[in-house]
Amino acid sequence: MAICVLYFAWVREAVGTGEETVDPPEAVRTVADLVEWLRGRSAGHDAGLKDVARLRAAIDQNFVPLDAALGNAKEVAIFPPVTGG
Amino acid sequence: MIRVSVQPAPIELGIEVAALEERGAGGVATFTGVVRGDDGVTELMLEHYPGMTEAALVNLAEAAFERWELKGVTIVHRIGAMVPGDRIVFVGTAASHRKEALEACAYLIDRLKTDAPFWKREKLGGESRWVEARGSDADAAGKWDGED
Repeated sequence: MAICVLYFAWVREAVGTGEETVDPPEAVRTVADLVEWLRGRSAGHDAGLKDVARLRAAIDQNFVPLDAALGNAKEVAIFPPVTGG
Repeated sequence: MIRVSVQPAPIELGIEVAALEERGAGGVATFTGVVRGDDGVTELMLEHYPGMTEAALVNLAEAAFERWELKGVTIVHRIGAMVPGDRIVFVGTAASHRKEALEACAYLIDRLKTDAPFWKREKLGGESRWVEARGSDADAAGKWDGED
């Protein structure tokens, strides 16, 4: 099933795009699985996504831990810890 | 009344405070965050997650209304490019009594630091770097957990 993946801050810069639509295989069940699978798409993806400890995520605009199940996610965002305010 | 704005335009303190005072509360508490220039920072860029940011701020404001007797909450956050001295964030609360207003204001700015998807990139001379999240921000946000 197609998922819209969004990247922000330095993750976006490393990956080289802020948004892409992907169709991962069925074995990809959690956000962490998705991140690992996305690393294979390009050298930029690999650089931006290899350090999982520095990544945070949201599914359909709600913060989730990286081990969260994707379920029927339409939009998954991957980004560094937030630094607003 | 909840007012949330994520905007490139400067924050107008007088207008924001006056709107809170019109809620008929006995007290208005406000916090203003200003871009610091003490580390040699010449410019700050704020990136956010459109859609999620606004929803996260509304959720925070609603959570404050559940915890305290409030008449108004305003959260305004700048995005885009700023220079030292510019206001980056404004949080204001209106309540019948000062304790509610002050506590809710502190709660909102603490939680905003960790619960809303903003990222800062600072420029120092010719170099620029993404600001790393600080553990002290997570601690400040976490201290409000389980205090009902």
